[in-house]
Amino acid sequence: MLRFLFSKLLLIIPTFIGITIVAFGFVRVLPGDPVLLLAGERGMDPDRYQKLLHQFGYDRPIVVQYLDYVWGLLHGDFGVSIATKQPVFQEFLNLFPATAELAISAMLLAIIIGIPAGIISAVKRGSVFDQATMGIALTGYSMPIFWWGLLLIILFSGILGWTPVSGRISLLYYFPSVTGFMTIDSLLSGEKGAFTSALSHLILPSVVLATIPLAVIARQTRSAMLEVLGEDYVRTARAKGLSGRRVIGIHALRNAMIPVITTIGLQVGMLMAGAILTETIFSWPGIGKWMIDSISRRDYPVVQGGLVLIAGLVMLVNLLVDLAYGLINPRIRHQ
Amino acid sequence: MKKLKALALATSVFVSLGGAASASTLVYCSEGSPEGFDPAPYTAGTTFDASSRAIYNRLAEFKHGSTEVEPGLAESWDVSDDGLEYTFHLRPGVKFQTTDYFTPTREMNADDVIFSFMRQMDESSPWYQYAPGISWEYFNGMSMPDLIKSIEKVDDMTVKFVLNRPEAPMIANLAMDFASIMSKEYADQLEAAGNLEQLNQKPVGTGPFTFVNYQQDAVIRYKANPDYYKGQEDLDTLIFAITTDAAVRRQKLEAGECQIMVYPAPADLEALESNDDITVMAKEGLNVGYLAYNTKVAPFDNPKVRKALNMAVDKQAILESVFQGAGEVAKNPIPPTMWSYNDDVQDDPYDPEAAKAMLEEEGVTDLSMKIWAMPVQRPYNPNARRMAELMQADLAKVGVDAEIVSYEWGEYLARSSAEDRDGAVLLGWTGDNGDPDNFLAVLLGCDAVGGSNRAQWCYKPFEELIQKAKVTSDTEERTELYKQAQVIFKEQAPWNTIAHSKVFMPMTNSVEGFVMDPLGYHRFDDVTIAE
Repeated sequence: MLRFLFSKLLLIIPTFIGITIVAFGFVRVLPGDPVLLLAGERGMDPDRYQKLLHQFGYDRPIVVQYLDYVWGLLHGDFGVSIATKQPVFQEFLNLFPATAELAISAMLLAIIIGIPAGIISAVKRGSVFDQATMGIALTGYSMPIFWWGLLLIILFSGILGWTPVSGRISLLYYFPSVTGFMTIDSLLSGEKGAFTSALSHLILPSVVLATIPLAVIARQTRSAMLEVLGEDYVRTARAKGLSGRRVIGIHALRNAMIPVITTIGLQVGMLMAGAILTETIFSWPGIGKWMIDSISRRDYPVVQGGLVLIAGLVMLVNLLVDLAYGLINPRIRHQ
Repeated sequence: MKKLKALALATSVFVSLGGAASASTLVYCSEGSPEGFDPAPYTAGTTFDASSRAIYNRLAEFKHGSTEVEPGLAESWDVSDDGLEYTFHLRPGVKFQTTDYFTPTREMNADDVIFSFMRQMDESSPWYQYAPGISWEYFNGMSMPDLIKSIEKVDDMTVKFVLNRPEAPMIANLAMDFASIMSKEYADQLEAAGNLEQLNQKPVGTGPFTFVNYQQDAVIRYKANPDYYKGQEDLDTLIFAITTDAAVRRQKLEAGECQIMVYPAPADLEALESNDDITVMAKEGLNVGYLAYNTKVAPFDNPKVRKALNMAVDKQAILESVFQGAGEVAKNPIPPTMWSYNDDVQDDPYDPEAAKAMLEEEGVTDLSMKIWAMPVQRPYNPNARRMAELMQADLAKVGVDAEIVSYEWGEYLARSSAEDRDGAVLLGWTGDNGDPDNFLAVLLGCDAVGGSNRAQWCYKPFEELIQKAKVTSDTEERTELYKQAQVIFKEQAPWNTIAHSKVFMPMTNSVEGFVMDPLGYHRFDDVTIAE
């Protein structure tokens, strides 16, 4: 197991170097210049432009800028935002809990609905339920998040008035942030109605963010289940007279879950991508919205630093998934 | 007994409800996050709404709902005859806000004023670079470091600004956001604690609202400043709900989650106006949208050619299809709400036949040109691409072949400034301080060629008039000079002036006293919420 872990960790180094190059290159390949955007319609005289360029260090050779940036990263320095003049890492830490809360609740929703739906579809293959579920999954997978989010807002908030439109909690509540998770903080605050408010704000964005992972998990569970149900050992188990529930629940499920866990791990990356749009629609103050705002401002340090932090996080989760995978299936770690 | 208990309960519920209702709260759906809470280093209106207009005051202030200037933290001022010395007499008894991070021990005085400006001017001050990458965009952009010779403390309540040259818009400039007055006492405390950056995160001012808390990208909270020199505001709590998407802002307003929203999408206006619970206020914006020729490049260096091209474009059609009627056709480079607007100026008529004849007369045939369309939406131009297409079609009718080009916004701004630029540029301007100089000199003056003067137009008779107006302190005389300048502008036609747009503010009917600001600020002083 240790060797397995070591080999996985070793792979992280080149991946990380790749990510820094991509993140650094990404903002510079985009047209536009943060200093020019700072000036706006007013324009800027060339002297002042040069001075600011120098101040931000963007007049140095690109290789020097890159090495300086990597050197900073190695020392835990993610740079300072051009727009807010705040350290990028501090901003990330402030905003991350909001994204984590949203992502976790979306993932739970996707797992709680997706896995049982996939299992039932597989067991009742070809039934109306199966066809309907797979139809919905396909629709969900191909749904443009932006459109879907607005549609839900207009229906559930605008017309029916069941859920709040956006934000994390009714603004009339005001209490200090302890964990950064609004559902927990609202409980800790002891204010009446705060928890319900936080929860009701979480519903729509979670549903929107869960849509794609849910579809993927349901389809993956179904196909993994189908494959396992066709295996000899399942047929043997059945022939031995075990109940259908035991065969599916114990023998088939354990093996079918291996690819599903991988899928769930891979969905973390998808979840981060989805969060960028979801947070923008729902004014959810997380890192997704932060990245979008920073890209439009060409805030180089934030985009660079933010991408590296998000990628690092996704890599960490994938590593944990690999480890879990290895624990469930001992064959993997000996390969 | 049971009945009595129920009665007691009902009474207590009633009392607590009554308590809640008397605390009036206004939620404003704003469009973006402020860059910080020190307004001076920034240029975005979003930042000013959240900082300078809510928290701070300035020596002079814009009258609510007007571009006129009135006394603020300075009760009065004297200007020397040569226009080089401005002496400000400060208002006594003005207190800085008390917050949970700062308690003032003295009232506002000359030290605060000097600190507020010198930190932007004195490169040796620790405050000049108090946060990484900080720079004083407006202060520098308005040439203040060259203009101001010194700022002197005459006594505790008197400050004298000595200038290197006369500057008529000086008072209007000092009503701008970068000139907000900070507390030196607070700054000294932060300096002693080695925590300079807090000035930008936890602001202290003298204004109508006290900063309570900011959750990044989500919400800003303020409470009424009980020590405000004009008296405490009616609103107890002011909340900015940061909502970047216009469709979501509309939903929030309709659901009652906020009472005022900014920048509605043009497509939503009709529905909002037909909602009985919502009032949509509208006001002419202090802006102009224009097409700037490059007057240094042939054949656009010929005023007759420029005039002919202006006559070829049907501006009324543009107004209807691009602005959807929300605005008016522009004939002058300054909007009609601005003082010194010359209404006698005649606009170039829409006359394709005459335009064609004029072009032929000047020997311009088979002209190919570029029209630059901005990639972003702006108050003065909601859809530049569409506007360019309409112009393209109009120009084709007079035999001019126009090609539409566009660049990324930053790139667009930079390239359009270049003196040898190819093509005519769509752009516009929203006024900063209500002074005509802020349009005429910034956009059409000789100094601005290669910068914000996108027509690269330097025309001596015009330049002499605006330079003279700049150093004249008599408003009537200035008005006359600017009126003449507008006549010359029209004759020379460096731009095709297109439109002055309208700005809309939807709000629930419970909002009272909100006044739309001609300079585009969103101010909540004097606003009340009806019970």
